[in-house]
Amino acid sequence: MATVHFSRGLARYTGGVESLTVDAPRVQELLVVVTERFPGLTQPLEVMAIAVDGEVHQHHDYLKLRPDSEIHFVPQIAGG
Amino acid sequence: MSTATKTFEHVGTRPIRHDGLDKVTGRANYGADYALPGMLHGYVVRSPHAHARIVSIDTSAAEAMAGVKAVVTGSDIPKTNAKLVMGEAALDLGAMGDNALAHDKALYEGHAVAAVAATSPEIASAAAEAIRVVYEPLQPVMNVDQALAPDALILHDGMVTKGRPKPDAPTRTNVALRMELTRGDLDKGFAGADVVIERTFTTPMVHQGYIEPHACVARWGEDGQVVVWTSTQGHFVVRDCCAGILGIDAARIKVIPSEIGGGFGGKIPVYLEPVAIALARKAHRPVKLVMSREDVFRASGPTSGTKIRVKLGAKKDGSFVAASASLYYEAGAYAGSPAGAGAMCAIAAYDIPNFLVEAYDIVVNRPKVAAYRAPGAPAAAFAVESVVDEVARRLGKDPIELRLQNAVREGDQAAYGPEFGPIGLREVLEAARCHPHWKAPLVPQPGRKVGRGVACGFWFNAGLNSSATVSLSADGSANVVTGNPDIGGTRVAQALMVSEELGIPVERVRPIVADTDSIGYNDVTGGSRVCYATGMAVIEAARDAQAQLRARAAKIWDVPVEQVGWERGRAIALNGASGREPLTVSELAAKLMHTGGPIIGSATVNAPMAGPAFGAHICDLEVDEDTGVSRVVRYTVVQDVGKAVHPSYVEGQMQGGASQGIGWALNEEYVYDAEGHLQNPGFLDYRMPVASDLPMIDTVIIEVANPLHPYGVRGVGEVPIVPPLAAVANAMHDATRVRFTALPLSPPRVLAALKQRG
Amino acid sequence: MTVHVRTTINAEPQEFLCEPGETLLEALRSRLGLTGTKEGCATGDCGACSVLLDGRLVPACLVLAAEVSGREVLTVEGVATGDTLHPVQQKFLEHAALQCGVCTPGFVVAAKALLDHNDDPTEEQVRYWLAGNLCRCTGYDKIVRAVLDAAADMRGVTV
Repeated sequence: MATVHFSRGLARYTGGVESLTVDAPRVQELLVVVTERFPGLTQPLEVMAIAVDGEVHQHHDYLKLRPDSEIHFVPQIAGG
Repeated sequence: MSTATKTFEHVGTRPIRHDGLDKVTGRANYGADYALPGMLHGYVVRSPHAHARIVSIDTSAAEAMAGVKAVVTGSDIPKTNAKLVMGEAALDLGAMGDNALAHDKALYEGHAVAAVAATSPEIASAAAEAIRVVYEPLQPVMNVDQALAPDALILHDGMVTKGRPKPDAPTRTNVALRMELTRGDLDKGFAGADVVIERTFTTPMVHQGYIEPHACVARWGEDGQVVVWTSTQGHFVVRDCCAGILGIDAARIKVIPSEIGGGFGGKIPVYLEPVAIALARKAHRPVKLVMSREDVFRASGPTSGTKIRVKLGAKKDGSFVAASASLYYEAGAYAGSPAGAGAMCAIAAYDIPNFLVEAYDIVVNRPKVAAYRAPGAPAAAFAVESVVDEVARRLGKDPIELRLQNAVREGDQAAYGPEFGPIGLREVLEAARCHPHWKAPLVPQPGRKVGRGVACGFWFNAGLNSSATVSLSADGSANVVTGNPDIGGTRVAQALMVSEELGIPVERVRPIVADTDSIGYNDVTGGSRVCYATGMAVIEAARDAQAQLRARAAKIWDVPVEQVGWERGRAIALNGASGREPLTVSELAAKLMHTGGPIIGSATVNAPMAGPAFGAHICDLEVDEDTGVSRVVRYTVVQDVGKAVHPSYVEGQMQGGASQGIGWALNEEYVYDAEGHLQNPGFLDYRMPVASDLPMIDTVIIEVANPLHPYGVRGVGEVPIVPPLAAVANAMHDATRVRFTALPLSPPRVLAALKQRG
Repeated sequence: MTVHVRTTINAEPQEFLCEPGETLLEALRSRLGLTGTKEGCATGDCGACSVLLDGRLVPACLVLAAEVSGREVLTVEGVATGDTLHPVQQKFLEHAALQCGVCTPGFVVAAKALLDHNDDPTEEQVRYWLAGNLCRCTGYDKIVRAVLDAAADMRGVTV
């Protein structure tokens, strides 16, 4: 089961839940579970990137998750 | 100092860059150096108002002039909601198109409203004069305070605050985005602090200041095929942006990058290219558009002016227990300031158990900001590192010690979310503390005060997408082809990587930056990603070629390929095949046509975000208290770069970033009057550092290998602009005992503060 | 009205027609194809268009094309001799004194002008002489070192 962490800012949309374990093979399936459980997260997550096990990915949908994967949502950035 | 265990033969040496000769002899072609037969000259008509409704545009008189071949306005650029995904961020093509030629409103002084193509530059500018634009001027909104006022005029009618707006936020707003990062219990954290410092800082809007103005040539063929020659940080992005903005198929557009005369993030967006294409389509002739320096200042992307409030709490022993920060960033005319990145970088260097960092992206009637070297981070670091300096003084602690005490290390959870892998902040701070500069006594010149300041900086570095090929020639030389414009020595770095993998001398490797039709997709030259991500693609492509070479050696020796190894640029026989003399690349290349034909290695990468990197800068500043004039007299840059592929160009990035940051700290600023007219759109009044303003800039390269890259590369270009603002301001405080919270530290501001201090 | 200009550019006689208000920079780039001389500002503030006019360092954007009649112009294209680079050019390469390279032609011409009349400048003299040339990439460190090294090279000294 991968663990999804919600910062306290995001926890506003999860009813205070700060982490969640999700059984999902890939990020795509994980996001479906997360946004079905907390529909309020859909809009804030639109402007977030995803860090899986410390690496921030730009095209993450098909990324395979390990049973002990740690997922964080991080703001988007652009470099110069 | 190095934690990298890999040893290198070529990487880490300092050969002469392959494109250097053309650049010292004047042969290299930059954006404005292209000319085509029958080419027309374009001229862009720009709004004199900072904020105005466009009532009507009458182009008939211009169109009737002899020599005028085409006129375009906003009606030639379709309105669109399309977005172009580029890495983490999405480019808003609707806003980019509206910025290229305004549709309904002029949103800043200099906003393009029409353009002309004519047979000479003189006719084009005369025709531009003849275009009658009727404006209904509106009150301009020039800074974050005005934009947030309850009665503020709204720039964009439909704007809603994305991200996490506060529950009580107004529905009609100039705030495009609010985001926050939180951890722990802020109130409890501050309650446990022995020292709490809270201050509000401001930094001005500043420009990247690249010496080459934006320039391009566009040709529209009879068959609808489009070719664009342009100076850009990313020609694939130019292609895709132009296609999306103009509603044409990207397959019909070829973009050929010129040499690029600096960008620093500012040559990622398109400004002229869609307009030149639209003009060329109407005129049936190639069209050249070049910005004047005034245009560059008024109408290309600078970076945000900011207002940042920071509160930091520490225990007597120096440990940081709580921090809060609110960052307000000017986005310019359309959403998209680097406020979010600023928030993520603000306290990234420190392990603080309780914090709340919030950031606001705010539209104002100024040019739309573009990326500028570690976008968002320098202003945030100015605020936080100034407060850290003040905490150190309050506690009587050495400022480097205090930073070391609180510095993040491998395994710590970054303030922005994920856990840090191997990072070099502590190594950087240790090296700064041991540097002779930090220990040298300060000796003021007669009549001057002198002070020393230190500050840290952080940047993520980007990954993104890259493609590369490595082709071998029968003479044992090779070419390496990528699609990233070489903005500061990346060709030679890529050639070094091929040398390292294949054992070919670097001068026999030809690095090439290919156009959009000639190599696979490459994201922009930006985010410090070229040596890291494109470098990864180059190494993989070279290894692909190497695998093919091993197969050729196996064929020659008539052994299974598993019995062929590779060492120092030679195929060597393993176990069962032993006794055979190694084959060099030249020997294998000479037999290419007998062993299966030419060899091309290729690779693409979709690299995760690169290795996070930290730097620390030490600045000695001399101040003339009678005039307020200050001068950096000694400066040292320490930075973890992961691995320096070509150390000279790594040092150059560190020195160049530091000097841009020094300019930002001491002199550079956009000066607008109340009506929103820019008062200093030229190099005389927008005062960038010149050679006589600066000392030599000492560099210390730290190499804590990045596990994501085969050689440990992190990226180097952006981190060095992050610390200087605070390093200079902290030195100013050390010299004058005045804590400056507003930049730049220009002589009038310094003099006024000294007068107040008494 | 068109002006007929007879001049010497990079030691070659040249003739061209130009408008009376046309700058030397425009004429070099558009009429003569000498695009090594760059436009950074067109107001004399950046030094990217530095050329020598009768041996004197000037920004070509502040000189009228018609003014060079009967005079000698040296642009970056004329700094090397045959296959031999000028020491300033060679040292710029060796010291990695360029990044984007667009200011480099101006620096090469300006540095050559300095070394033409002072073959042993101090660091401070180099910095003040080059203060009219903007470089945004390098922070000037490697440029100053390259010029000092070129001077030593021209004096026959190794540093």
